[in-house]
Amino acid sequence: MAKITYREAVRAGLREALQRDSRVFLMGEDVGKYGGTYACSKGFLDEFGPERIRDTPLSESTFVGAGIGAALGGMRPIVEVMTVNFSLLALDQILNNAATLRHMSGGQFSVPLVVRMATGAGRQVAAQHSHSLEGWYAHIPGIRVLTPATVTDARGMLLTALQEPDPVFIFEHAYLYSMEGELEEGPPAVDISRAAVRRTGKDVSLITFGGSLWKTLAAATSLAQEGIEAEVMDLRVLRPLDINSVLTSVRKTHRAVVIDEAWRTGSFAAEISAQIMEGVFYDLDSPVARVCSEEVPIPYPKHLEDAALPQPDKIVQAVHTLLGR
Amino acid sequence: MTVPVTREQGLEWLRQMIRIRRFEERAAELYQLGKIRGFLHLYIGEEAVAVGSIPSFTHEDAIVATYREHGHALVRGTSMDALMAELYGKATGCARGRGGSMHFFDAARRFYGGLAIVAGGLPVAVGLALADKMQGRNRVTACYFGDGAVAEGEFHESLNLAALWKLPVLFLCENNLYAMGTALARHQSQTDITAKAQAYALPAEAVDGMDVVAVAAATSRTIDFVRSGKGPYFLEYRTYRFRAHSMYDAELYRTKDEVAEWKRRDPITTFEQTLRQAGLLADTDLEQMESRIAAEVEEAVAFAEAGPWEPIEDLKKDVYTHP
Ligand SMILES: Cc1ncc(C[n+]2csc(CCOP(=O)(O)OP(=O)(O)O)c2C)c(N)n1
Ligand SMILES: [Mg+2]
Repeated sequence: MAKITYREAVRAGLREALQRDSRVFLMGEDVGKYGGTYACSKGFLDEFGPERIRDTPLSESTFVGAGIGAALGGMRPIVEVMTVNFSLLALDQILNNAATLRHMSGGQFSVPLVVRMATGAGRQVAAQHSHSLEGWYAHIPGIRVLTPATVTDARGMLLTALQEPDPVFIFEHAYLYSMEGELEEGPPAVDISRAAVRRTGKDVSLITFGGSLWKTLAAATSLAQEGIEAEVMDLRVLRPLDINSVLTSVRKTHRAVVIDEAWRTGSFAAEISAQIMEGVFYDLDSPVARVCSEEVPIPYPKHLEDAALPQPDKIVQAVHTLLGR
Repeated sequence: MTVPVTREQGLEWLRQMIRIRRFEERAAELYQLGKIRGFLHLYIGEEAVAVGSIPSFTHEDAIVATYREHGHALVRGTSMDALMAELYGKATGCARGRGGSMHFFDAARRFYGGLAIVAGGLPVAVGLALADKMQGRNRVTACYFGDGAVAEGEFHESLNLAALWKLPVLFLCENNLYAMGTALARHQSQTDITAKAQAYALPAEAVDGMDVVAVAAATSRTIDFVRSGKGPYFLEYRTYRFRAHSMYDAELYRTKDEVAEWKRRDPITTFEQTLRQAGLLADTDLEQMESRIAAEVEEAVAFAEAGPWEPIEDLKKDVYTHP
């Protein structure tokens, strides 16, 4: 098994996609000459040329909308929005066009568009650059929302997403780009419909996704040292949600903690908690717990940022509380 | 008012304008009867724009329009039956009844809506044109929007990007002087819309949108420009809406005199006169035309009435291609 960084994995997926299908092109701010804000498309401008690697103006709404139009017109655009923080300028196109066109046109038009963006906090870039809004996007019917947390998913989800006839949004946690991981054997394109158990256990289900997966696994390791066997579930896909895998795990462990880097109020963690309650209420030995971000704009100093975000020790503590320790 | 080239062409333009007018007058009645609900934005007064411009595009070209798109879809060739059924919300409508008045779609005619967020269609049109350019297809995308759209960021972003990438899109601003109740001069520091387009290095011009012949001439000329690969073009049609913004408004924002003044320039009656004066239209032509259109409208109403509702079991159909 090869060890590569998440950034290299994204780049490998993009490169393969561009090689496989001449309809695929990449468009976004600084994807070309600059090589991608997170260097995911470094060298692509030379390799694929300016027709297929398109630097755009700072016009999020229009280049996302142009991606929708190009998809309608028979292309397979990959639009890179620099980060989720700037995607708000494109929300109208996403919500009112990408997500509605198929249903509203009575099935006449579909939008095979892939939009990628970096998300998340943890890099001391302060309040305007630290949002975790994938849960907001997961609110929208008509789009798919993917949160690759491993290098295998970072490479493979993109390839599967490009086979989809409908819009797919991929959220890459900015903290992960430099992380190294082992690329799993098997075909590069991976399933994008199922959650994955990243660690098995019988005492509690820790349910998470994206950047929080690694903090959760760290928490599970330390819990194991105390003899608590936590099962770690990586949702992978927020919409359409594979709730059955979550329920199966909770039926086994009877306890659940949901870890989500978004603010607690109205978070995706709240949705998971509600669905657990709806699905397996009588299997629960305790209320579902949540570890989310504090309800503040994410501050710049490291100690404050750390305090605002979910951390392994907070997850451990939440498990202790559940187990009455 | 300019004279059309042939009698046949003149009669066809007149016929199409009257079709739109009678279709919408009937729709307004049906609205009073509660057969049609929601928003219903009438195009009455502006018919010369759709009628003069839409036929200049080929079947391969794409049309992106707004919520005030009844005329555009009719002239593009979607059947009046399917459009009336869509107004009713019936499953036999052009979008299976799901969109209603604001969301006409017709894939077979490359009619991409019927989009109801002001300026939201501009980026999509830019993308359609980008796809054509990248695939080496010699097609043009027509992008219709109102004067209100020029205030939106997407207008500016889209003009810039289309000009920067030399995309085959024709921006068509239907300037009826009002965005709901807000007159252009009350929301724009620069009221010359073509000047805004020119600022993005787009060739731009304004044309009398009450004159179907002038609309047709300007549109086909600019389509040729775009089709020849020279990049986008911007046309402003100066027109006027005779009715309320949607079905009802108190029209506090304009005077009766102003409306009356514009009605003297009604694109249908003025064109009718022009044709008569040129000896291209006889009373019998008009009578025949009107009676055929009346029959078409009544058939469309009957079709809509008879159509089934989409079953509730299909509510979630087509949210995704593969659920
Ligand atoms: C982004 C957005 N803001 C507000 C509205 C509400 N609205 C609907 S139509 C309209 C006026 C638009 O005027 P214009 O573009 O001139 O088109 P017209 O109705 O005159 O054809 C407004 C404000 C909307 N649909 N979309
Ligand atoms: Mg207007």
